[in-house]
Amino acid sequence: MAPPPTIYRHRIATRVWHWLSAVSVIVLLGSGLMILNAHPHLYWGRYGANFDPAWFRVGWVFEGGRVPGWLTIPQSYDLAIARRWHLFFAMVLGFALLGFMVASLANRHFQRDLRVRARELRAGVLLHDLREHLALRFHDPADPRAYNIFQKLSYVAVIFVALPLIILTGIAMSPGMNAAWPWLLDVMGGRQSARSIHFLVAGALAMFTIVHLALVILAGPWNEVRSMLTGRWRVPE
Amino acid sequence: MILSRRQALVTAAGTLLAGCDRVTGSEIGRRILFSAEDGHRALQRAITDRTALAPEYLPQQRSPIFRSNGTRDPNTPDYNAHVANRFADWRVRIDGLVARPLSLSIADLRAMPARTQITRHDCVEGWSAIGKWTGPRLKPLLALAGLSDSARYLVFHCADRYGARPYYESIDLIDAFHPQTILAWALNDRVLDVAHGAPVRLRVERQLGYKHAKYVDRIEAVASLDGLHGGKGGFWEDVANYDWYAGI
Repeated sequence: MAPPPTIYRHRIATRVWHWLSAVSVIVLLGSGLMILNAHPHLYWGRYGANFDPAWFRVGWVFEGGRVPGWLTIPQSYDLAIARRWHLFFAMVLGFALLGFMVASLANRHFQRDLRVRARELRAGVLLHDLREHLALRFHDPADPRAYNIFQKLSYVAVIFVALPLIILTGIAMSPGMNAAWPWLLDVMGGRQSARSIHFLVAGALAMFTIVHLALVILAGPWNEVRSMLTGRWRVPE
Repeated sequence: MILSRRQALVTAAGTLLAGCDRVTGSEIGRRILFSAEDGHRALQRAITDRTALAPEYLPQQRSPIFRSNGTRDPNTPDYNAHVANRFADWRVRIDGLVARPLSLSIADLRAMPARTQITRHDCVEGWSAIGKWTGPRLKPLLALAGLSDSARYLVFHCADRYGARPYYESIDLIDAFHPQTILAWALNDRVLDVAHGAPVRLRVERQLGYKHAKYVDRIEAVASLDGLHGGKGGFWEDVANYDWYAGI
């Protein structure tokens, strides 16, 4: 019996971007939590320090008021080294996304694979897809290459909302960039609001990463990981 | 092998994070990681006008309480004597690569044309406070001293000490000549208090708080930062790996 067929599913631009982003997101989450430890309170508005009302305190979640070392980079308190990690991989994440966006517009990956069509958002279609997910069937047998609607919506949310927002709120926290692009600070509602949004989007990206990894495991981890390494993906039977 | 998925995940995460710590322990790893500072500086400088101003705010947008940080009181015998004397004998020297070294009293500084600006102070730790600063611009003072063409940096020597080490900071000429770079002697319309850097501190509004040297008693024009204390251009840069360029 011949082995099941494989198809070429992920182009080189997608694969390179995926792994650069995967490493960056992990490092940025860990180093970001260490940076948060330096001042573990969050505020809304332009200013915010110890005497101002905070809407979030790390102490509400973790005893001792600090994120524990097993979640942070580096593992013991070091703001300067955490910033070195964060600001290095912030550039990797940002420029990788920019390159991926340009490439995916040019090779029509976005238009072909990520465009959400109105009929896909009808309740019946969404319910059907939900039932398929619960049955661990993630691919339409008639068109196995296509992303399902939940996949499309989550990828679109990450690529076009979450990642740009976390990059722009990061830039809005830079006093140098505030002089270059003062409008960005106004859009975000001030530096401490930008810092809060940055933290909330980081939480959303952490959740996405967990769900993404869980679904990779459920969909067949070797086939999925190989397709992101070599591009070739075996059509599920 | 019996290993729960949860254990495997925790182990993987622990290995990854420990791996990160090994990178910063190696010379080559540090060099790559630390190169991002130059990248950010080059990018920011490339897209920012040299005179682009940091945002300024309205009086009602100020922080109700402007917290202090770093040294809150130098508390040396010498400094305490100046406090007792209301800084009447304090001098800010401007020397190094200048044609005419200056020695300015606080009365001299207050008599000069001042710039008043309501700006946001961003600590590297993450907090921000908005306050109103008043003092003469640095650029005309450097002109008065006759800054040499060979000068590339200005070093701010401070009266506070961390153990035996004096605090100091440095900026390049782009920031030194920037319109908002002032020697502030007042905060929120009151003479600067000890906690915020009395009698005079630097404001360099496009960078983080640790660059804003407090208790300044000497401004030295130099061609290079090598050979000054730890050679990295500032106290925190020398002792704790902080970025010299703190625009981000």
